[in-house]
Amino acid sequence: MVEHAEIRMVHRGGSKINFREPVITNDSRFLLCAAGESVNVYSTSTEEYVHDLQGHTGLVTGVVLNPSNHLQVYSCSADGTVRLWDFTDAILIKTFIIGYPIYSIYVSEKHGGVVFLVVPMANYKSSELFQLVAVHLPHSGDQEVEARELSAVLCDVSPHAGAASFGREGEYIAAVRGLQLEVFFFKKQKSYRFSLKSGKKKGAKNAFTCISCHPKEDCIATGHEDGKIRMWRNFNQKKEYTYSTLHWHHGAVNTLCFTPEGTNLLSGGIESVLVHWHYTQENQKDFLPRLGAAITHIAVSPDGSLFSTSHSDNKITIIQSCVKVSAVIQGLVKGDGVWTNLIIDPRSKALVLNGKPGHLQFYSLHRDKQLYNLDIVQQEYIHEEGLDQFEVVKAAFDARGDWLATVEERRKKGAELEINLKLWAYDELTQSFVLNTTVTAPHEDQITAMFFSPSPETTMLVTTSLDGHFKAWLLADHSDANEGFWACDFVGGYHLLKPGCCSFSADGSLLSVGFQEVVTVWSPASWELLTTLSQPPGAIRDLCFGRLSCSKYLLGASTKNQLCCWNLLTCSLEWSTPMDVSLLQTDPLSENMAAFCSQSGSSDLFVFKPSEPRPLYSQKALCTGKVQHAVFAPRDQMLESCEERTQWLNRSQLYFFTQHMDLLTFSTKTEEDRLLASSKQLMVDDSVAVTPFYLLLGKHRGQQLEKQEALTNPMAERTQLPQGSIAIKELLHTPAHVLPSASFLCAMFVRSLLISSSSAREEKEHEEGEMEREEEDSEGEADPRLGESAAWGPPEEFGAPALTKAQERELRKVKTFDHSWLSSLLDC
Amino acid sequence: MGEFKVHRVRFFDYMPTAIRAMAFNAHTERLALARMDGSVEIFNFTDHYFQEKVIPGKDSRSIESLCWVGGRLFSAGLNGEIAEYDLENLRPKYSLEAYGGPIWTIISNTQGTQLAIGCEDGTVKLFEVLEEHIQFERNLDRQKGRIISLSWHPSGTHIAAGMMDMIRVFDVPTGHAVQRLLVDRGFGGSKSRETVVWSVAFLSDHTVVSGDSAGKVQVWDGHTGTLVKTHLVTKWDVLALSVSKDESSVVAGTSEGTVIQFQFIAPTLHQQQDKEWVRTRTFKNHTHDVRALAEIETAIVSGGMDTHLVVRPLLEKFDEKSHASGLRKIHFPHVIANNINLSCAKKAGLLLFQFPGQLELWRLGDSDEHGKPGDRLPLKRKPEKLLLLKRKGEDHICCSALSSCGGWLAYSTVSSVRIYRLQTDNNNISITKVSKLPKALHSAHQLCFSSDSSKMFAASSQSSVLVIALTQSECKYVHTLKPKSGSRQPIHLMTTSGDGKWLAAANSDCEIHVYNLQKLKLHCIVPVYGSCPSAMGIHPTTNNMTVVHADQQLFEYSIVEKQYTDWSRKLQKQGLHNVWLDRDTPVTHVTFNSKNPNQVVLHDMHMFCIIDQMFIHPCPCHNGLIGFSGLFYNQMTLRSLSEQERPSHLHAFKICKTFQVSLLFLASLLDDQSLVVVERPLLAITSQLPAPVRQKKFAT
Repeated sequence: MVEHAEIRMVHRGGSKINFREPVITNDSRFLLCAAGESVNVYSTSTEEYVHDLQGHTGLVTGVVLNPSNHLQVYSCSADGTVRLWDFTDAILIKTFIIGYPIYSIYVSEKHGGVVFLVVPMANYKSSELFQLVAVHLPHSGDQEVEARELSAVLCDVSPHAGAASFGREGEYIAAVRGLQLEVFFFKKQKSYRFSLKSGKKKGAKNAFTCISCHPKEDCIATGHEDGKIRMWRNFNQKKEYTYSTLHWHHGAVNTLCFTPEGTNLLSGGIESVLVHWHYTQENQKDFLPRLGAAITHIAVSPDGSLFSTSHSDNKITIIQSCVKVSAVIQGLVKGDGVWTNLIIDPRSKALVLNGKPGHLQFYSLHRDKQLYNLDIVQQEYIHEEGLDQFEVVKAAFDARGDWLATVEERRKKGAELEINLKLWAYDELTQSFVLNTTVTAPHEDQITAMFFSPSPETTMLVTTSLDGHFKAWLLADHSDANEGFWACDFVGGYHLLKPGCCSFSADGSLLSVGFQEVVTVWSPASWELLTTLSQPPGAIRDLCFGRLSCSKYLLGASTKNQLCCWNLLTCSLEWSTPMDVSLLQTDPLSENMAAFCSQSGSSDLFVFKPSEPRPLYSQKALCTGKVQHAVFAPRDQMLESCEERTQWLNRSQLYFFTQHMDLLTFSTKTEEDRLLASSKQLMVDDSVAVTPFYLLLGKHRGQQLEKQEALTNPMAERTQLPQGSIAIKELLHTPAHVLPSASFLCAMFVRSLLISSSSAREEKEHEEGEMEREEEDSEGEADPRLGESAAWGPPEEFGAPALTKAQERELRKVKTFDHSWLSSLLDC
Repeated sequence: MGEFKVHRVRFFDYMPTAIRAMAFNAHTERLALARMDGSVEIFNFTDHYFQEKVIPGKDSRSIESLCWVGGRLFSAGLNGEIAEYDLENLRPKYSLEAYGGPIWTIISNTQGTQLAIGCEDGTVKLFEVLEEHIQFERNLDRQKGRIISLSWHPSGTHIAAGMMDMIRVFDVPTGHAVQRLLVDRGFGGSKSRETVVWSVAFLSDHTVVSGDSAGKVQVWDGHTGTLVKTHLVTKWDVLALSVSKDESSVVAGTSEGTVIQFQFIAPTLHQQQDKEWVRTRTFKNHTHDVRALAEIETAIVSGGMDTHLVVRPLLEKFDEKSHASGLRKIHFPHVIANNINLSCAKKAGLLLFQFPGQLELWRLGDSDEHGKPGDRLPLKRKPEKLLLLKRKGEDHICCSALSSCGGWLAYSTVSSVRIYRLQTDNNNISITKVSKLPKALHSAHQLCFSSDSSKMFAASSQSSVLVIALTQSECKYVHTLKPKSGSRQPIHLMTTSGDGKWLAAANSDCEIHVYNLQKLKLHCIVPVYGSCPSAMGIHPTTNNMTVVHADQQLFEYSIVEKQYTDWSRKLQKQGLHNVWLDRDTPVTHVTFNSKNPNQVVLHDMHMFCIIDQMFIHPCPCHNGLIGFSGLFYNQMTLRSLSEQERPSHLHAFKICKTFQVSLLFLASLLDDQSLVVVERPLLAITSQLPAPVRQKKFAT
C-alpha cells in the first residue's frame, strides 16, 4: 500500500448542525444540513445519519435544493465554491468556483441557472460589508467550472441566513439589515427601501432579525428584536406601504417561515416554542411548546407535511403535521463551555462531556450522534438570565466503565460554594448509569482533579481540591446483599499546599499529586508518601505517567514554561524542556503523549514518546487560541501506517476543542481514501435507506455465518447461503412489474435451491478457483485463511489490522458474487 | 433676586369631560365634537386644528351623535330630541322631539336631503331637510330591539342598521328590511350577553363593515347577506368605525384605547382585483375607550373617555416631514380659544374660575419674604376661596369676567347675562346682583371690563359689541359697536387698552376690529391674516397691539399709527424660528410687563415665554446649519454659559418649560410685579378619570 502521509486537521463529528437552515427533500425522506465542512444527510423517519456530502474545504454556509432538479442540491461554502450534488448517492456533480468566501445562498425557481450569493463587498474585503450577487452558472461538461460573472443585486446586506427571501414566484427579493428592509423587483430592476425608527426612546427594539416572503401573495413577514412580527404589504410604493404587527414572542424573533401554501406562518425564538400563526387570521395561533432550546431556524418540506426546527443546543427537531415531534437529530451539545474534560466512555467508546445544563452527554464520534444524556443534577432547569445553576464540572470513568463519578457545583456570588460528588454504577439491565452514592460537600473548595485508579483489583477514586487535601474514596465492602456505597478512605495533604492535579500510573500502583511546585508520589495500597519531586519554578499544571514501555517516566507541565520528565526508578529528572504546555494528554493504547503548547496566540501540537528525545509529530500553529480540551479516542479499526509521522494515529485518534468550540481531529490521507472508498462501495441497495446501522448489521450477520462455516467445513458451501439468500431477496425486492414471468422464475428459483444440496462439489471447485484468484490479487500476503482465523481469535488489539483486511476481502468477495449472480440472471 | 414673584396656583381643579361623538365636514374641513356634558366644539382643520367655536352644554341635553348636512350641524341624543345648531350665535337653533324614545344615532344621506335616526323603540325615522327646518317624513319597518348604529349607502337606496345581535339592511324607497345579518356572540362567559353592534359602515360596493361588543370587526356582503371576513381585534368592544373618503381604509376604535386600521389591499401587487380587507396598523394613543373616530384625508382623528382629541397623521400621505406630519394630542381644547375659563383681577389679586355649573372666586396667597431665584417662599396668608356662585337655569356658563378692581363680576349663559357687584372690606365679602339690565343684553359670547371698571363690553351676535356703562347703582346701555364688514361670525377675543381708549375684538373670520371708545366708533381694521388670532393684548403705554395667530405667527400693530410696528416688520422679514413655529399649542394669553415696556409675556398650554424686543431674534436661516441647540437656547442652557459668552447667545425669546407635565391656563402679571400662573398637573386629571378596561400586561 502506498501511503501519502499527509496529516490534515478535519472536522469529523460534533460539528454544528444548527448553523444554517436545513433542507428537507421533496419526498420528505431526507434532511440535509450543513455540518462543518460537509453536508450531512439524515433520514427524516429514523433520524439516522445516512451519509454526508464531502468535498468542501471550508465551512459550508448554505444548502438549497436545486429548483430545476429536486434530486440535487447546491451547497456553498466559505472556501469560495458552490457545489452541486446528487444527494441520494452523495455524488459531487459540479463545482463552481466563485472566488470569494460565500456566506449564504438563495435560489428561486424563476431564475433558472442563477444562484444568489452573499459575498463580501469587493472593495472592502476586510470590513463587514456584504452584498448579494447573482451568479450565472455556466453550462459546461467539466467537473470544475469557474463562474466569475457576478452581478450585484443588493448592496449592504446581512450575511446571516434568513436575512433575505424570494417573494412570490421569484418576482422580487427582500432583504433586511439593521433597521432597513429592502425589496428588489427583478422586472423593473428597482428597489424600495423601508426603514424603521430605532424606537429606543419608547423602549422598543425595532431592528430586523429575519424575513420570510409569502409564497402566493405579496406579503413580507419580518421578525424584530423585540419579538414583534410585521407583515408588510403594498411595498411597491414608497409611501403607501403598510404593515400590521403581531406580537407574541418576548425575546427576539430568530426565524420565520411560511408554509409552502402560505396558509401558516411559523416563528421561533428563545422561548423554544414553535408559534404557528394562521395567515389572515393572526389572532388565532397554535403553539408547540417545550422544544428544549431556543429555535434558530425553521424549515418546511416542499409538501408542507414536515417541519424542522434547529435549536441552539445543536439539535434538529422534525415535526410531523404541525403537532407531533417525530424525530430529534441531536448533535454534540456545546453550551457555554466545556467544563468537564473530554472523556472516553470505556464501554460505548463514546465521548463524554457536559451537554445540556446539568446533563452529561454521551456522544458517539464514529456515528456522529448523541447516544444519550445522563441527567446529573436532577433539578429543573429554569431558563433565566443571571440565575446560578448547578453545572457538571468534573466527570470520570473507571477502567471498565462500571463506575462514573461526577462533580457538580454551583457558585453564587458572595455565597458559599455548593459541591456534590455523585457516583453512578452501570446497570447492565437498563444499560445506563444509576446513582449509587451522593456525597454533599466532599471538599471545602473547588475540586481540581478527579481520577479513578486504573488497577483492576480495587475501584478507587481520588479527588484533589483547592482546600489543600486530596481524598481517596473506596467502595465499601459488599457485606449486605445490596450494592455497597462509596466512602472516604484516606485524606492526604502536603504542607498545606494546594493540589492542582493528580495522576495514576498505568497499573494503578502509584499516585502522583501535584502540590503547586512539588510533585508527590504516593502508594495507593498503603497511602505512604514515597517520594517528592520538585523542579521549581512554577506550579505543576498537568501530570502524566508514561505507559507501556515508558511507564517509568512521569511527566509534569508547569506554569512557568517547563515540561519535565522524571525517571521514577532513579527519582531524578530525566529531561526538561522549556515549553508552555497548556494540555498534556496520554494515549491509553500506546506510549505516545500529546502536548499542546500555546505560543503567541496560537497552539502548537507535539506528539512524542517520553523515552525518545525527538517528537514523533509536531504541528505549528494548529489553531488560534489555547487548546484546553483534548482526548485520544481509540479507533475501532486500526490503521496500518508505516510512515513514521502518521504512526501515532494508528491506534487512536486525537480529538481536541479549539477556543471557538470546534471539535477537530487529525486524519491521514489513507484514512480519508478508505472512508471515501467504503462509502462508494457500500452503496449497494438503495431500496432501503442505507444507514450505518444497517450496514453494520448486514456485515456482521454475513461474517457470523461465514465464521460458522469456516469452523465446520472450511471450504464447503461457503457462499451458498448468502448467494441463495441474495437471490431470494432480489426476487422478493424486485417490483412485480419488472420481474420475468413466474414460470421462468420458478424454474430458476427451484434450481437455485437445488444447487445448494446436490452440486456442492462443483460449487466448491468454483469456489476454489475464486479463492485462488483472490490470492493472486493480494500478492505476497500470508494465507488468507490464516488471517481469518486470527481475526476471530484473539482480542482486537492484535488482530485488528488483519481483521480489516479480511473484512475488506470478504466484502469484495460478496461483491463479486453479487455480480456473477446478477449476470447469470441477466444471461438467462 | 428673581425677576418675578410667581404665584403657582394649583387649586383650580378643572376636569374636562369625555368626548362622545365626532363629525367631520370635508367641505369646510371643520370637525364637530360633542362631549358628555352636551357641549359642542368646532375645530378648523385648515387652520392648525384651531378651536374656533364652543357651543356650551345644557343639563338636559346629551349628545349621542352628530351629523353635518352641508354647513348645518345636527345632533341627536338620549333625551329623544334632534337639535340643529346656530353656529353664528353659538346656540341650538331649535330642537325637535322625535317620539321614538332615546335616539342612538343620526346620519344624513350623501345628497343632504334626508336625515335618518335610530331610536330605542326599534324604528328608523327619516326626516326631510328643509331650508330652515327639518320635517318628519316616515318610518322604516319597525324592528324589535333598539337601533344602535346606522349607515347610509352612498347611493342613498339602502341603510344598514346595527342592532342587538344583528344588522338589518333596509331598502329606503320601500322601507322594508331586505337583509338580516346575524352577529355572533362573544366567546366564553359573554356568550349569554347580547352583542351590541356599536357601529356599521356601508360601502359603495355594498360591503357592510360592522364593529360590535364582542370585539369583532366583520365584513359582510350586503347583497347576499353573507359574512365575508371576521377580524377579532379585541377582547372588549369595538366602539367606533370610520371609513376613509376613497373607501380604501377603515379604522376601528376599541375599548382598549387602540385604533386599528384595516386596508383594502390586493393580495398580489400589480393586480388590483380580488382585494380584501386586511388588518394593518394599530395606533395606541388613548388610555380609555375610543368613542369617536374620523378618518380624514391625511390623518385619523380619535377621541374618547380620556378626553384627549388625538390627530394621528398618516405619514404616507405627506411628501416630506413637515409641521403637519407630527402627532397632535389636543389635551383640553376647552381652554384653547381664550382664557374664558378664568379671569384675574390684577389690582385686587383675585381669581375667578369658571366651571360649567358654577363660578369660584379666590384670593391669592401672600408672602413678605424674599428669596433666591427658584426658592419657594413661605406663605403669610393662604389662598382663600371667597365665593362660590352657582348658576341659575339649565344652560351652562359660557363666559365670565371679573373687573380688574375686583368690584364687578359678570357671567353669561346662552339665554341670559348676570352682573354682580362685589364688595370686599377686610375679610367680609358681599355680593349683590345688579337687578336691572338693559334689554339689549340678553346673551354674550365674550365679556370684558374696561381697565377702570367703568364700562363692560359684551360680544353679541353678528360680531357686534355692546357697551354697558356701570355705575354704583345701575348699569346702562350706551352703544352697540358694529363692524363695517358685516361679518356674522361670533367674536372670540376681546381686549381693552390700559387707558380705556381702545377696544379690540377678533372674530372667527380672522378679522380684528379696533374701536375708539371715546368716539364710540370703529377706528380701524387690522389687516386680515389667514389664520385666526389665538391671543392678543394692547400694550398699556405704547398702545401697540400684539397679536398671536393659530399658526404661531406674531405681529405687533400700532393702533395709533394704524400700521405694523418696525419690530414686527423686522420680525416678519427675518421669519420666526422653526422651533417656535413647530409648537403644537397656540398661544393663549398675551400680557405685558409694566416695569419693562419692552417685554411681552406669552404663554400656551405647556410653556411660558417672555419676548424682549431689545434683543436680536434668533434667525431661522442658520437653522439648517447649526441646528436648534445652536441658536434657540432656553434659559437653562444660557445660565450654564459663561458671562462672556452669554450676551452673544442672548435672544428675544426666553422660554420657560417648567410646565411640561401640567397644563398652563393663565399667566398674568399683577400690578405688584408678581406673576400668577394657574396650572393643572396632567396627572391630577388622569387620576380622576374612571378606570380603563382591565388588560393583562405581559410580565405583570
